Amino acid sequence: MTMRKLWILLILLMWHAQSAASLTIEITEGAEGALPIAIVPFGWQGPGAGPSQDIAQVIRDDLKRSGRFNTMPVKDMLARPQIGSEVEFRDWRVLGMENLAVGQVKPNGAGGYLIRFQLFDVYKGEQLVGYNIPTTERDLRATAHYIADIIYEKLTGQRGAFATRIAYVISTGGGKAGQQVSLKVADADGFNAQTIVTSDEPLMSPAWSPDGRKLAYVSFENRKPSIYVQEVFTGKREKVASFKGINGAPAWSPDGRKLALTLSKDGSPDIYVYNLNKKTLQRLTSHYAIDTEPAWSPDGSQIVFTSDRGGKPQIYRVPAFGGEEKRVTFEGSYNARASYSPDGKSLTLVTRQGSDFRIGVLDLQSNALQILSEGRLDESPSFAPNGSMVIYATKIGSKGELAAVSVDGRVRQRLALQEGDVREPVWSPYTRTDRSN
Amino acid sequence: MKLSILKLIPVLALSLVFAGCSSMGGKSDETDGAGMGAEVSEAGQDGAQTSGASAGGAWTGNALDNPDSMLFTKVIYFDYDISDVRADFRDVVAAHGDYLAANPSASVTVEGHCDERGSREYNIGLGERRANAVKRLLMNQGAAESQIITVSYGEERPDAMGSSEMSWAQNRRAVFAY
Repeated sequence: MTMRKLWILLILLMWHAQSAASLTIEITEGAEGALPIAIVPFGWQGPGAGPSQDIAQVIRDDLKRSGRFNTMPVKDMLARPQIGSEVEFRDWRVLGMENLAVGQVKPNGAGGYLIRFQLFDVYKGEQLVGYNIPTTERDLRATAHYIADIIYEKLTGQRGAFATRIAYVISTGGGKAGQQVSLKVADADGFNAQTIVTSDEPLMSPAWSPDGRKLAYVSFENRKPSIYVQEVFTGKREKVASFKGINGAPAWSPDGRKLALTLSKDGSPDIYVYNLNKKTLQRLTSHYAIDTEPAWSPDGSQIVFTSDRGGKPQIYRVPAFGGEEKRVTFEGSYNARASYSPDGKSLTLVTRQGSDFRIGVLDLQSNALQILSEGRLDESPSFAPNGSMVIYATKIGSKGELAAVSVDGRVRQRLALQEGDVREPVWSPYTRTDRSN
Repeated sequence: MKLSILKLIPVLALSLVFAGCSSMGGKSDETDGAGMGAEVSEAGQDGAQTSGASAGGAWTGNALDNPDSMLFTKVIYFDYDISDVRADFRDVVAAHGDYLAANPSASVTVEGHCDERGSREYNIGLGERRANAVKRLLMNQGAAESQIITVSYGEERPDAMGSSEMSWAQNRRAVFAY
């Protein structure tokens, strides 16, 4: 990195005070048929006040947020058992609870804890799962998300996505003078936000590597767009594309070896594939229209992209190694920024409905388009790694905020940051590295 | 998760030092792209010494700063979803083209901007289309391609905040940055 670049770029890896900078979640539409569950406050079996985090509350918030669960308020609990032998199943049946989780936290060496938790089927009076999980003060929230994932998977049959993260762009200070743009990474519930890049020039289009360890993004820090790949944990980064014209819309191949990009070095914006190891560039589309916003199919065989070659922006598809380009969307005058669901069966995209821009999910078999959002200027949809939800950017007044919606459209949540204009959320893939080190 | 805060402190300190330089007029001389030596100054008056016109006399300062000249206009606006230069701004663009043709050592960065509607990367494409439309008109006046750099900011650098028609109209623009 040259000195010149440093003046504009502050690379910070700092844990922020969680309350001021976190996203708060409001469920804006209720979920009928949600599963009733009681998560009893976990008991502390040691000296002093115990852990800083209310683990049961973190689990409760996760499950509630998914829309699949109706969590019992603590004040309605008549008893607070900490282990299975203390549970009177009949009492919980009377309260209408189908499932119950209890837990205990014990000291475990210096700064360590051991969390024991058990999940029960209240009607059968049976334990469904039970775990002893060692953790540390710093990893308490991560461990709570991990427990929420276990409960979610056990009761819904689908892998949970609570112990994952989101990246997003936030700007403060208005459009011109004094603008600060940051790329941040936070837990999927919005806590533990960390700034990984800050600039007074635009930052755009964050994209997670498939192993969740790197982010590709666009930075205008040299008063022109360049694409960087940055290691999330170390802050180390590399400039991978800085051609004349547009360098934009990076998208990782599922094997993590390639980036699809938008470059306009040869005239108009086209899709290219950059091999990160060999440092070779392959041109995939060649059209005088705008071709941009590439996204890979989960099997790596196809790339979808936005093109206005037909006059208005629509989604097209091209084989990832080159070949015939085919139009995918036909309905409506504006379809853009598509990305695949984890199972590859649908696309989430931005679609124009009248004068509004909304988030849609297109079923690739039936071609049915379901509208998931209700805003005027919704954009940048991104699937959760289990495909259960889509996170996107919306406007509340003229302020950018994040929202998430279940793929059936039934449960919608606002993730409201207290200050700044938030945009371009991207949900991380599953990763085993989140809780290591 | 490993957080090497200590390791980054020198980086942070340097960053602050250079941030200070930038506000005193330090400019990037990065030349990463082919022949791309973009130098943009905020006020658009590189090295210019401005002075008022004497009564009844001719403008004596830099032509770009003459309030009576069309060159004084450095922002032009576009219709929604259109990248062609509007008829009422053709003369302004022509004046900048004439200036560049007459001053072969001068160079300009043409920034293309969009309103916030639609997806961000697609808007980067639209902004480039606007900047290129301006570039073509400049070259029609005799400006050399080497004098013109284009950059699209899409919707990332709005001039007016807010989501009204009025803000949007102000944000769909091309900027001449000398």
